[in-house]
Amino acid sequence: MNVMNASGWKPGTPVPAGDESATVSGNRGLMLEEPLIFEIGTTETTGVDLPEPATDRVSRLGRHARTGAIGLPGLSEPETVRHYTRLSRQNYAIDCGIFPLGSCTMKHNPRLNEKVARMPGFADVHPLQPADTVQGALAVIDELAVWLIKLTGMHSVAMTPKAGAHGELCGILCIKAALQARGEDRRVILVPESAHGTNPATAAFAGFAVEGIPADADGRVDLAALTARLGPDVAGVMITNPNTCGLFERDMKAISDAVHAVGGYVYCDGANFNAIVGRVRPGDLGIDAMHINLHKTFSTPHGGGGPGSGPVVLSEALSPYAPLPFTERQGDGHITLVEEETVGDRHPHSFGRMSAFHGQMGMFTRALTYILSHGADGLRQVAEDAVLNANYMLRSLEDLLDAPFAASGPCMHEALFSDANFAKGVSTLDVAKALIDEGFHPMTMYFPLVVHGAMLVEPTECESKATLDQFIASMRAIAERANAGDDSLHAAPLLAPRRRVDETAAARKPRLVWREVAELG
Amino acid sequence: MRYLPLTDADRTAMLAVIGAPSVDALFADVPESAHLYGPIEGLPLHAGEQSVERHMRRLSAQNLSAADAPFFLGAGAYRHHVPASVDHLIQRGEFLTAYTPYQPEIAQGTLQMLFEFQTQVARLLGCDVANASMYDGSTAAWEAVVMARRITKRSGVLIHDGLHPHYVSTIQTMARFTGDVIDYAPPVLASDCGEDALVARIDGGTSCVVVQYPDILGRLPDLAAIAAAAQAHGALLIAVVTEPVALGAIASPGELGADIVVGEGQSLGVGLQFGGPYLGLFATRDKYVRQMPGRLCGETVDAAGRRSFVLTLSTREQHIRREKATSNICTNSGLCALAFSAHVTLLGEKGLRALAAENHRLACDVADRLAAIPGVEVVNDSFFNEFTVRIGRDARQVVRDLAAQQVLAGVSLGRLYPQEAGLADGLLVAVTETVTPEDIDALVAGLEGVLA
Repeated sequence: MNVMNASGWKPGTPVPAGDESATVSGNRGLMLEEPLIFEIGTTETTGVDLPEPATDRVSRLGRHARTGAIGLPGLSEPETVRHYTRLSRQNYAIDCGIFPLGSCTMKHNPRLNEKVARMPGFADVHPLQPADTVQGALAVIDELAVWLIKLTGMHSVAMTPKAGAHGELCGILCIKAALQARGEDRRVILVPESAHGTNPATAAFAGFAVEGIPADADGRVDLAALTARLGPDVAGVMITNPNTCGLFERDMKAISDAVHAVGGYVYCDGANFNAIVGRVRPGDLGIDAMHINLHKTFSTPHGGGGPGSGPVVLSEALSPYAPLPFTERQGDGHITLVEEETVGDRHPHSFGRMSAFHGQMGMFTRALTYILSHGADGLRQVAEDAVLNANYMLRSLEDLLDAPFAASGPCMHEALFSDANFAKGVSTLDVAKALIDEGFHPMTMYFPLVVHGAMLVEPTECESKATLDQFIASMRAIAERANAGDDSLHAAPLLAPRRRVDETAAARKPRLVWREVAELG
Repeated sequence: MRYLPLTDADRTAMLAVIGAPSVDALFADVPESAHLYGPIEGLPLHAGEQSVERHMRRLSAQNLSAADAPFFLGAGAYRHHVPASVDHLIQRGEFLTAYTPYQPEIAQGTLQMLFEFQTQVARLLGCDVANASMYDGSTAAWEAVVMARRITKRSGVLIHDGLHPHYVSTIQTMARFTGDVIDYAPPVLASDCGEDALVARIDGGTSCVVVQYPDILGRLPDLAAIAAAAQAHGALLIAVVTEPVALGAIASPGELGADIVVGEGQSLGVGLQFGGPYLGLFATRDKYVRQMPGRLCGETVDAAGRRSFVLTLSTREQHIRREKATSNICTNSGLCALAFSAHVTLLGEKGLRALAAENHRLACDVADRLAAIPGVEVVNDSFFNEFTVRIGRDARQVVRDLAAQQVLAGVSLGRLYPQEAGLADGLLVAVTETVTPEDIDALVAGLEGVLA
């Protein structure tokens, strides 16, 4: 089969009937429709120059030498560049404008980070090269580890977890290993109702029963209810601080003390560490383990959904159980990679390995570059500006949008609103989609679950006052329409590359891979 | 500070709107005992771009980069030539600085790319469906074992001796906490993959059999026979591919009957990067889709009837199902998936097969050259681009000695299996299209020198 587009697909796609701007191609000015590679490529096309395979050679592939086709279309280099460039232009991104996703922390991704990550000594070294040939790479891991320990006031850090949720698992496994070492079988992890979904999922994955902790009227953990539930069956708590309502948990130290008093451990979800970096050290609040999303606090790119990186800082009590491998700086400056080959009997209680190799090196170089750029003073300023921007957003919108915890004190890095003021029939989703037409990425919707129709706005420290004012002006106009019951909001977005996308249809009969039309039947 | 747009005048004006006397007042909920009143001591202050770049360049220069030495390392991470356009495309800000495509109307670029990626991965691994990627190959293997338990309701995990030991450790970590029972022993240096002995250990409690293909020693186990035996006992075959370029030259695990195929996608598009970030591939049969972990992108239409893509089947995922989710995973390896997809698009079927053939040709040449060295024995009968040699002495020291001569000769089995004396003289040698005739001469001369 030479031509994969046997179905005769044409680039013209339906546009709304009666639309005077309809075009033959389906393209609309700079907004270009792009077919799938399976519709434009062929298995005989390639964008690389390689020697033709010799046919007269003896293969040592054994019984499984490939005989059938794979079905992978190829494109020449210009077609490839154009394909992905066209696709890219259908994306919103931080480089295009404010991306105020609460809890996700979409801050600017400095390009120096990208340049550094591509230096040959970092990008083109193998994880299993002899340690003497990768001392600079190990130094990056070690330097970043020192920064993370000092910024959090903790005892050690496990660098290998590959994302926030993987870091959560690492921390929870440390707790489980510590309990096993004590010979205790505690079954329960307490998680506030406002927690990220990863918290209960992680605890359950590690074999714990998950029980909820209620919030008080202020939007913080109900200390009395928590304390009343503590007992010898409680392995620990998982608390997000600042929490997902954007508030600092005032009682964090008291919570930690109470949990420690009954022999439990305190896991802190560090997704919001960017609000307090340089101003508060979690170690001073009695935390035993906390993951740090390098892609949130330390500006590594989100990349359209990863890769992340989630190092976990640990208290002295949990450090013995940390996973392999880790780095160790010797007196002479030489850095040892402590792994299976070199660990000997020095770290006997480690719970094992979280993954192959040594963690997300490409994210470590970027995060360290960011940290060195800001320094201890700049990181403190980062937290202050992030909190200032969020409070400015909160106080500029609270007269129109319901802010359920506006009276609970200043917010931290994100401002939380609800749908309480909207007229019946208008939803948070409508408001989010209307923001798209205004040229903004919407805020986080429907999270945290404890607030009805939640809208969580996190501007980050990287937005200017002028940008915030533009966003606020648009948001105020949309809120007025929502409060007045303007039904035209249901049609938004009208101006984006796509109108509302039918998620129900996608889930009802999933089409997860491309198949020839004939195959679909 | 160059990344912070607010001016002092802005800050003052904003505080006035907020009604706070100072920024400190915004941190009033922090208990007094935890307040830091200045930069943390002992840490450097902010630095300009030049000075940071200089520092990082100095650290980079302390590493022997693969481009600067004859290079033969593999063992789960492979050095292939990545076309320049791939790195250009992943640096497009619209891909690099976008979030997970939760607002599909303004994320069709990422979503269509993921749909194409899923299709490429499914075809390459020989499966019905693939997800939008996992963290890496090792964690994908762990998730596959968890998924097999969900499907079979059994807890026996039978691992072939040729699975990468880091992957084995990763699965063992999970099993320590979930109660799965792992049946595994390290390999012996033999060309026979031991399929018969493996199959004999499958019983009614076996949830899955985990087999790497090609395996850690570079051998090619008979997946079809293992799949048939596993399925006859109601168990699943999980195949693990750490070098997907091989699938341009050998039949895919799905074609050979594997139920779940996971892989490390690093060797296409991603680069070595000292071990991460990499790209977990995950594919399976249609009937198991709802048991799969991870994000999935699906095709649908928008309100105007235009073809569109959207994240779907999220009722499996943690943000909806919380403690009942199929996994706690909350990300994929999006940008690495883009690099993989763009590289595979540039190659196409023709290019991938040519690339695989070139790898195999060079690996055969190197195996022949090494076999001619007195004291060196090639273990494998069959292999793709990586094979094992015995060199009659501790390979760890030989690797270090050759590295001192600027030759990166391979991965010693002693590093991967420090407890196994019987593997100490084993050396894994990987040969890709990046290897030149001069590199091969340097490897041969180096080995002759240290073994003489």
